[in-house]
Amino acid sequence: MADVLFLALSVLTIGAAIAALELRSLIYGSIALMGTLGGIAGFFILLDSPFVAMFQIAVYVGSIAVLILFTVMLVKRELIFKKIEDPKRKLAGIGLMLIIMVAVGAIILDSGVKTITTDSAPVDFREIGEDFLTYYWPALIAMALILAGSVIGALVLARREDTVENGQRTD
Amino acid sequence: MANELIEFVLVSVALLGIGIYGLSVKRNAIRMLFAVEIIVNAANLNLIAFARFMPEAHSGGQTLALFSIAIAAAEVAVGLSLVIVAYRLYKNIDIADFRSLKG
Repeated sequence: MADVLFLALSVLTIGAAIAALELRSLIYGSIALMGTLGGIAGFFILLDSPFVAMFQIAVYVGSIAVLILFTVMLVKRELIFKKIEDPKRKLAGIGLMLIIMVAVGAIILDSGVKTITTDSAPVDFREIGEDFLTYYWPALIAMALILAGSVIGALVLARREDTVENGQRTD
Repeated sequence: MANELIEFVLVSVALLGIGIYGLSVKRNAIRMLFAVEIIVNAANLNLIAFARFMPEAHSGGQTLALFSIAIAAAEVAVGLSLVIVAYRLYKNIDIADFRSLKG
């Protein structure tokens, strides 16, 4: 059975996920999203993957959540607090969520996943680094190029396209 | 292992359901990005959980999860800059307003 730590982590993760979508203010929503991402990092530690957990905290909680916070603060104040959704659509969405949870959950509970246990030792994180630099090196380089490309693309997209007239910016 | 595989998978299914709910109901572009993030994290949790429960210890699952996290970071950077561009064009972040390609 699940222990107390696991239950607390799942309540934190799922509760923060709901809060991230339902809180009125987008700023509090993005802070709640940080809670979800941190909870997932906790699960990674429970699963004996401390390296991935650190990566998750550094990349998700450290950079993505902060990026989202900055974007939220660039948006007009009343838009941050305005909630735009259909009540009918919301009911349909909750129904869809319950259907997915019950159906997929029933399928998984009925499958053989329940019986899978392991007594193998956890993977040493040094192995991951070794894999990255030997077997996966082309993928690592492709990943670096993708990241650089996406950051440059984001910069180009978000650039202000105001013209310089008479040596003065028009904004 | 103190916890069983099925528990992690059920948490992941719950997160997937919440993410799909957010993606289908919310019309705020930034909230939809939140929902996408939640779904990606559910997938990563699944990856790590199944990798941990392999019969023999293997680092492939963790490596794949690391790649997935990096790809998600790239996706969020581009998505947020698209939101900023759309906000500049329409002065709104309601995706129902993003109708024409011209702005």
